[in-house]
Amino acid sequence: MAAVQDGQLNMEVEKDIKTEITNDGSGNINANSSSPGSTSSGGKSKSPAGSGEDQQTLLAVLQFLKRNKLTESVDILRREAGLSADADDSPVSDSAGAGSGGVPNVSADGGDANSLLSRVSIATPVAPPATAPPKGLVRSHSKVMPSGGEDQPDVNVVLSAYSQQGDPVLYPLYYNGLKKFIESVLDCHRAELSQVFYPLFVHMYLELVYNNHENEAKQFFEKFSGDQECYYEEDLRILSSMSKKEHMKGNETMLDFRTSKFVLRISRDSYQLLKRHLQERQNNQIWNIIQEHLYIDIFDGMPRSKSQIDAMSGSLAGEGKRDANKAKVFYGLLKEPEIEVPLDDEDEEAENEEGKPKKKKPKKDSMGSKSKKQDPNAPQQTRIPLPELKDSDKLDKIMNMKEATKKIRLSPDNLPSICFYSFLNAYQGLTAVDFTDDSSLIAGGFADSTVRVWSVTPKKLRRVKSAADLSNIDKESDDVLERIMDEKTASESKILYGHSGPVYGISFSPDRNYLLSSSEDGTVRLWSLQTFTCLVGYKGHNYPVWDTQFSPYGYYFISGGHDRVARLWATDHYQPLRMFAGHLADITCTLFHPNSNYVATGSADRTIRLWDVLTGNCVRILTGHKGPIHSLAFSPNGKFMASGATDGRVLLWDVGHGLMVGELKGHSDTIYALKFSRDGEILASGSMDNTVKLWDTLKAFDDVELDDFTAATGHIHLPENSQELLLGTYMTKSTPVIHLHFTRRNLLLAAGAYNP
Amino acid sequence: MAEERRPKQCTVVLPTESMKAMAESIGVGQLQEESCAALSEEVSYRIKEIAQDALKFMHHGKRCKLTTSDIDYALKLKNVEPLYGFQSQEFIPFRFASGGGRELHFYEEKEVDLSDIINTPLPRVPLDVSLKAHWLSIEGVQPAIPENPPPAPKEQQKTESTEPLKAVKPGQEEEGSTQKGQGATSAEAKGKKDGLMRMKPRSTHELSVEQQLYYKEITEACVGSCEAKRAEALQSIATDPGLYQMLPRFSTFISEGVRVNVVQNNLALLIYLMRMVKALMDNPTLYLEKYLHELIPAVVTCIVSKQLCLRPDVDNHWALRDFAARLMAQSCKTFSTTTNNIQSRITKTFTKVYNNCWLDDKTQWTTRYGCIAGLSELGPDVIKTLILPRLTVEGARIKAVSDGPVVSNIDKIGADHVQNLLLKHCASVIAKACPLPDNVEQYRADYGYLGPMLCSHVVKARAQAALQAQQVNRTTLTITQPRPTLTVSQSGIGGSGGSRTPSIIKVPSSLTLMSTRPGTPTQPSPPATKYIVMATSSGSSSTQQVLWTAVLLFLFSLKYLDTPTHSRLFIFTIFYIVE
Repeated sequence: MAAVQDGQLNMEVEKDIKTEITNDGSGNINANSSSPGSTSSGGKSKSPAGSGEDQQTLLAVLQFLKRNKLTESVDILRREAGLSADADDSPVSDSAGAGSGGVPNVSADGGDANSLLSRVSIATPVAPPATAPPKGLVRSHSKVMPSGGEDQPDVNVVLSAYSQQGDPVLYPLYYNGLKKFIESVLDCHRAELSQVFYPLFVHMYLELVYNNHENEAKQFFEKFSGDQECYYEEDLRILSSMSKKEHMKGNETMLDFRTSKFVLRISRDSYQLLKRHLQERQNNQIWNIIQEHLYIDIFDGMPRSKSQIDAMSGSLAGEGKRDANKAKVFYGLLKEPEIEVPLDDEDEEAENEEGKPKKKKPKKDSMGSKSKKQDPNAPQQTRIPLPELKDSDKLDKIMNMKEATKKIRLSPDNLPSICFYSFLNAYQGLTAVDFTDDSSLIAGGFADSTVRVWSVTPKKLRRVKSAADLSNIDKESDDVLERIMDEKTASESKILYGHSGPVYGISFSPDRNYLLSSSEDGTVRLWSLQTFTCLVGYKGHNYPVWDTQFSPYGYYFISGGHDRVARLWATDHYQPLRMFAGHLADITCTLFHPNSNYVATGSADRTIRLWDVLTGNCVRILTGHKGPIHSLAFSPNGKFMASGATDGRVLLWDVGHGLMVGELKGHSDTIYALKFSRDGEILASGSMDNTVKLWDTLKAFDDVELDDFTAATGHIHLPENSQELLLGTYMTKSTPVIHLHFTRRNLLLAAGAYNP
Repeated sequence: MAEERRPKQCTVVLPTESMKAMAESIGVGQLQEESCAALSEEVSYRIKEIAQDALKFMHHGKRCKLTTSDIDYALKLKNVEPLYGFQSQEFIPFRFASGGGRELHFYEEKEVDLSDIINTPLPRVPLDVSLKAHWLSIEGVQPAIPENPPPAPKEQQKTESTEPLKAVKPGQEEEGSTQKGQGATSAEAKGKKDGLMRMKPRSTHELSVEQQLYYKEITEACVGSCEAKRAEALQSIATDPGLYQMLPRFSTFISEGVRVNVVQNNLALLIYLMRMVKALMDNPTLYLEKYLHELIPAVVTCIVSKQLCLRPDVDNHWALRDFAARLMAQSCKTFSTTTNNIQSRITKTFTKVYNNCWLDDKTQWTTRYGCIAGLSELGPDVIKTLILPRLTVEGARIKAVSDGPVVSNIDKIGADHVQNLLLKHCASVIAKACPLPDNVEQYRADYGYLGPMLCSHVVKARAQAALQAQQVNRTTLTITQPRPTLTVSQSGIGGSGGSRTPSIIKVPSSLTLMSTRPGTPTQPSPPATKYIVMATSSGSSSTQQVLWTAVLLFLFSLKYLDTPTHSRLFIFTIFYIVE
């Protein structure tokens, strides 16, 4: 972390941290990208016979080191570069203090150097950065000191990569030449090679803008922006608004393009074709861009078809690398703790209530078989420490099992009933909804910063008595739990005040004792549902927190927001346990895996990432959505995941293989709610277009044939069967659906605010 | 949402004139052209940036309208102080002014008298948020309750009935079938899976228990004796969205009812049934085309039947005929297409009956009256071509009755009514068609016995037309009364002579408009919203402009712009500080 030493630099440093984080996780930082193409940085220290520019850069580095009193490294560098001492002394005017003082370790001083670096960089925007020395200085700094600078590519470092330029007039020609070539190649290669267009276009445009060729850039944009795939429209819009070099600084999208390499998957044949063409034509401009800004993931085998490519592309930085999805994910469920179910009670009750004692037997069997076998795909029971079960949890589990026996078995012929909870008089202010697992409480987050909790059962919400009153209670009595509640406070709903901005995320703890809410004010708050007060405000995100979610086992929770970092917290720690960084844009939704060992995050960069809670690594990068992702759902067996985005499509994923296994088209607007039924047969989706749709997921997962090849390459062929999978569409009366929940008996609950 | 779809539009930059105007508004006089250009470009970019961020807040707020608070939060994200107090009652709070060749939009800041504010009563407290549950679907079937949208939208009903063979787009079809499949959903979905044949989605006609109850209640109330209940029932028929399923029952109920009651001469019931037809036609969610074959005969019966009541001399069956004729005209207007030719077929029917009356002197005056009423409601053209030529003959016949020696009272009344009807409808048409002056002799020559009376009516009509010169097309308005309503004077028993005056009472249309649909989650009209709503749907450039202007106003209201030459630097610095 950069040490904040200078008050004025606060902002800048903060930004630095942010960018650093961005790069950490993505794994494709440009620091490692000293590919043979960009010799200017990697090769220079070893080749003393470098060009004049290299020499100059080197001098600048020396000067910088000297100024920071890093004499030891100065010496080393000088020795390696074969420079004489006087060669660099001449341009340095203020080197009087050089050499004096202690000799701090380079790596230990990384933080210090960094804050200084940022001071240097703050000077650069004022002076036009096109001039060579300061830019070169900053840039090479990041190479020389891998400990500090490399992790923190400053805006200028990032931008300076665009300094190399050709004749701006030639850009359209280059692009056109490539376009003609790609249009003329064999059909099987064309689709693959066409992927190159978009990143090339972006980087060429940015190069033009960076080098102040404003008009050429504009013309270039107008000429070729129409050729790009429609799902990049949003990014193109942002690009088009950037027409001046000044705009490039501080623009986050811009940073994303630069700090992360655009990943393309191309078959070896197609790649050879492209390479040969570019080399024949001596088209260095394009070749350089491909080398520097693109990551081409070459695979052996058949080139992919257009539809295969389209299914996977669309994210901000291309597809996920194949390696990124190689890690093993233990998607199996944890073994349920063995709880002795008072069978006799149950039996009696069942008879009393319904007169159907038959149900007892099958239940017993299924329970027995389930608890004995250990799923080979499941993680170790103790892989992450989980809270111990309390007596009340056990009671709840027993209740859950009892309810489960009364569960309706859903199938395409037996669709669930849907009960819709409309929020009336919300005046467009409802921003988040959650149900408890047993469907007894509903919580709503509102734009007016309030959180409201309703009880939907006859049992009213009561507060615990005040401390003074509690001391008067007979603690030995049997109904002490009843007695501690204050009857006077009983009401159907309670309002929780505390946030200072719209509440965007809300989540009940599994034991119904706590409620989490995340807000625009950058905090996540933990509320007690016993006292209806705020217990903790978790501060860490400095920007709006878009979503938060409790672990299915309680205790842990995840939050994600505008700062692109997902944080894993434990309720009793005020600092996060894990920070999951890697997304290139806002994290829009978060979700725990049913076994609590993984978390999934969806982002505005149109990717979904799966993170390992234990190691903090990103274990899956799933691309394919064409818009920000707003909803996620895991199937109850943990094997599959569904995601919904602003583009109105639901994508189904195989978590174990990291593959897209289905695409459900039908919604016409953002999907804010997704939920699998308790047995996973049916997926319900709710959307801004005022509909709830039910999908046959059993069939969807059955239809996918996974052979070894597809599993290995990830080139899935999606069947076009959305219409067959759609089981039902239910229109609401101008009420967007923003949350869905299956009760333990498989009744579907939906919620949304009525907008007259 | 609020942004342009086409990338080209994104290169829009604020005009430099705006920069000048805004600079002037804060006291910077001479802003150079160059700095203006630089400013406008920079400001445009920043505004776009902010708008893009604001969109995020909109999406997470689960809305599709961008609000000013979204922009405030977006500014906050950039560490810019949000716009305080930017609230307006109006959608676009800007005033327009022009002068000196320049056009200007400005934000009017009124001086507010504090005592006024203190003295005004507090606004109504908005209703608190509440939770209401209903069944969106019961085992895969969406119940037809007011909380749910109408099972089949009118457009769909229309396409179904008018173009039954037209293949609907797969997506729509699926949607349609699942929406009103009502139990057949899964079966249909299955059929689609294996079947190559694409069958038209079949709507089943089973009613749920609730629907059966509703049907029973409604029909009983409609023909029952309690007028208040009837009004409620009719209101329900006219507004409820979920009646699609029950339409066949209603239509059969009406046609059967008319058949029985015409024979029994039960005027009151006939009137009730006609009011039901009216209510069904008024329902915006129903498309009656499929059921016209039952409804039209019933309505026509009520127009031309020889006898509609037990005591034709006393009861006011004329009003029913008028009412039914109007209904007929309305349905002709709504449903007549080139394929079904309702209008021409109806016209033919009336003419045929009318012709029969011609030949046969013994035809009842009632039938004659009905034909004429039916025809004349169809519009001035019909009157001109079909009724005017026959005025002479008709006049002679009326004369024969009124002057003749042996007349039954019934005939006399009938002739009287026919005469009034003819005068009423023809006068307006003649007043339009015939040139001035109105010569009584000329009229007598043209139209015979009715001539003089017609003449005076025409004169009256002209005078009226002159009076209301501005409402030129008033005549056509009267012909197609949009909302006729009947109340029945159950005078058959009392037999008072006063019942002859037509008792048509027009319900003020506002009443229907104001009424809420029964059972819908009633919403109070929202209180004066706290913010103005910026954009409604995709890509209206004007809203985007507003948005920009809003942000612009902010930028300039900071009043930092001291010297014009430094303005550009200033903007940069602001954002650098911010970032």
